[in-house]
Amino acid sequence: MNLDEFLEPVSKSVHRKGPHDRIVLSSRVRLARNIRDGAFPGWAKKPERMRVLEIIRPAIESLPEMKGAFSETMDNLEPLDKQILVERHLVSREHAAKSAGSGLVINFGETLAVMINEEDHLRIQALHPGLQIRQAWQLVDRLDSELEEKLDYAFSNQLGYLTACPTNLGTGIRVSAMLHLPGLVLAEQINPIITSVNKLGLAVRGLYGEGTEALGNIFQVSNQMTLGESETDIVERLEKVLAQIIEHEENARATLLERKAKVVYNHIGRAYGILANAHSISSKETMNLLSLMRLGVELRLFPSSAGLIVDELFILTQPAHLQKSHVDKLSAEARDLLRADMLREQLRPVNRPIIKPGGTNSAGLDKNEKA
Amino acid sequence: MLCHICKEKTATVHLTQITGDKMHKIDLCEECAKEKGVNDPSGFSLADLLLGLGASQELEQAAGGTTLKCPKCGFAQVDFKKSGRLGCPECYQTFAEGLEVLIKSTQKRAQHKGKVPERLRAQRNFELQLASLQKKLHKAVEAEDFEQAAQLRDEIKRLKGPLPAATVK
Repeated sequence: MNLDEFLEPVSKSVHRKGPHDRIVLSSRVRLARNIRDGAFPGWAKKPERMRVLEIIRPAIESLPEMKGAFSETMDNLEPLDKQILVERHLVSREHAAKSAGSGLVINFGETLAVMINEEDHLRIQALHPGLQIRQAWQLVDRLDSELEEKLDYAFSNQLGYLTACPTNLGTGIRVSAMLHLPGLVLAEQINPIITSVNKLGLAVRGLYGEGTEALGNIFQVSNQMTLGESETDIVERLEKVLAQIIEHEENARATLLERKAKVVYNHIGRAYGILANAHSISSKETMNLLSLMRLGVELRLFPSSAGLIVDELFILTQPAHLQKSHVDKLSAEARDLLRADMLREQLRPVNRPIIKPGGTNSAGLDKNEKA
Repeated sequence: MLCHICKEKTATVHLTQITGDKMHKIDLCEECAKEKGVNDPSGFSLADLLLGLGASQELEQAAGGTTLKCPKCGFAQVDFKKSGRLGCPECYQTFAEGLEVLIKSTQKRAQHKGKVPERLRAQRNFELQLASLQKKLHKAVEAEDFEQAAQLRDEIKRLKGPLPAATVK
């Protein structure tokens, strides 16, 4: 099956909305599972991985949720397609590097993605827009329950679901939310927040998970411990912490506008200036500036229609998506030129930010307002 | 104090993380700290670091100095040192002793709470039910309540009769 035809075009997928999506970009729950009879993928030799893949893949494909799914082995995917999947957060970077003996199944609608033979035999994930952790857990729980009827999971009464890495033992659950926190970054409050979130036993990571930097003021918050606490307890704990981070971000934005409006307008105005006029721009700079424009949309310095354009550009300006629209293999320099061309073109309908005298743009900060 | 990672240079970065009632400490030299992304608080989590460290020592201890190997998959403790990952589900038995400390220090509790696969739950319920009936039967016999005992015996027979479809060893 062709991945391009399967994945929803970005111009459509940016319309997926969820609660609190001004700040919470997406919610994700993933379960790590292994079958009893088989070495973990990192230790298993290729024939063993192939055998396990042959057991697991049909089992997943047969589930009702996977009707019309995209199912492929990793050796059959082009490197560019794998990178596209990473940029859409449907597979991990680690999984994109896999080849024969690993596989992938994505449901129609792209809310469920199962990686076969990543670090564990199974990495089942549910992805929802906005703050919908509970819903994501319910979805992934259902899929897992259906799957356990078909597969003999490795499970111990004491250690729960057995995983390749002892940090995933027990529930095998990783609950995470992707947060856009430009207010806390601009107000220089992000580090204390990260520290206190860490103290609560939660991890804060960058855009693409483990070991990646926080581009575009985007942070991932997730649970660290998986054993000794039930799934629902973990989900509830994360929900509480997220509610607080959302409140801090809203407060930071309000305070910034009240006390340092010029600083905020300056950042947003400059971001727009560069994005709409540059002729060469890196992916990293693009992300950071688009983040500020997104903040500008939320502060109503730009019309709301600009929000969709910004969200679309967030994805389309990333390396693989940019390469996808061109036949020739692009160098990093060539991509920077094309990226700038795309940004200028796409941002043409977006006028420069309107700052009302006296900074009365704070209307966009009403906490109770639905995005 | 020497760096926990390279064990060569002097440790200048000292980290403490408190999770629940447990405190984890780690000392690193500047270079290793940088390499592990400790300077970038957003990408840093102590558990990731801890795993690569003490764990291998624990496993070594469990092996009692010899090269303990998993009988099922041939995984040895030196392999854990390299990857921080185990070889197969069976390894958790093989290296149980060494893993205990690691698990206790990185996880909330060393006892699973939460979802249990349905087929195992059925098995567990079956065992619990059987034990309870046998206890009742024993009591009834002791009390010479044979009518009750006969009833219980039949119940046990019924329970044992067709074993639950998926009884795992």
